[in-house]
Amino acid sequence: MATTRSKNIILLTATALLVAAPMLLQMPGEYGGTDDAAKDVIAEHGYEPWFESLWSPPSKEIESLLFCLQAALGAGVLGYVLGYVKGRRGDNK
Amino acid sequence: MHIMEGFLPVAHAVGWTVASAPFVVAGAVRLKKILAEHPEARLTLGAAGAFAFVLSALKMPSVTGSCSHPTGTGLGAMTMGPAVMAVLGSIVLLFQALLLAHGGLTTLGANVFSMAVAGPWIAWGVWKLAGKVGAPAGLAVFLGAFAGDLGTYVVTSVQLALAFPDAVSGFGGAFAKFAGIFALTQIPLAVAEGLLTVVVVNALAARHGKVEVKA
Repeated sequence: MATTRSKNIILLTATALLVAAPMLLQMPGEYGGTDDAAKDVIAEHGYEPWFESLWSPPSKEIESLLFCLQAALGAGVLGYVLGYVKGRRGDNK
Repeated sequence: MHIMEGFLPVAHAVGWTVASAPFVVAGAVRLKKILAEHPEARLTLGAAGAFAFVLSALKMPSVTGSCSHPTGTGLGAMTMGPAVMAVLGSIVLLFQALLLAHGGLTTLGANVFSMAVAGPWIAWGVWKLAGKVGAPAGLAVFLGAFAGDLGTYVVTSVQLALAFPDAVSGFGGAFAKFAGIFALTQIPLAVAEGLLTVVVVNALAARHGKVEVKA
């Protein structure tokens, strides 16, 4: 498994560098969301949305809380599965 | 790729909902069958759903100076089959529509079509094709996940261009505009998703043995 492990370390490092690249290279931009950018383009058409979200997080803090919750739930389950199958196989190397 | 609540004309909202619904129903039937025949698939299913949950919550910066999120649906498409992802992707999108005001109920059909139907099928197709032409297993997984992620955003661009064609250049001009926002930003993020998907498939396969990693 050593080769898989070292391969995974390389892949994870590459992923981290890729995500950090825009900041490392100091690429200019607002770093806003693309979903909002698309919304602005649609608004230029003079389009009025005909339905509003039933509920919106009242602040950025609460929104980030819920996004964190989503990621945490996913990470927890993913970690559980990886740990479970590792343990079941008795592969502790 | 989330089309915001109310941001699709009624006819388009209804149309995409009608287009997506059969995929979600077929996915649920398929999922039930898989779990009945292979109860141990529950673990892979959990990993696939969890992966999509994590990745679609992470808004990452791109070299275009915008932020966007990966979709995480390629992993499940390759390990559980693309049909099942229609269900898992819909759950993620519903969570975000109801709790995060991200996406929406009126645009759920369109968002399900891009992220939970088109993306997984593209990922699965590219992965199979790469395997057929002799790509190593890891490369095939990478290409599948990359294409599924990017493909989702291309489909979103098509959906918006159909709903809001440019006054002068029509569908083509509008598609170029939306793809310029979505698809360009997405390229590095799709690469990141591809790499992460390979890591998780490696981890599942190395310890599980049951996960089919050959296309």
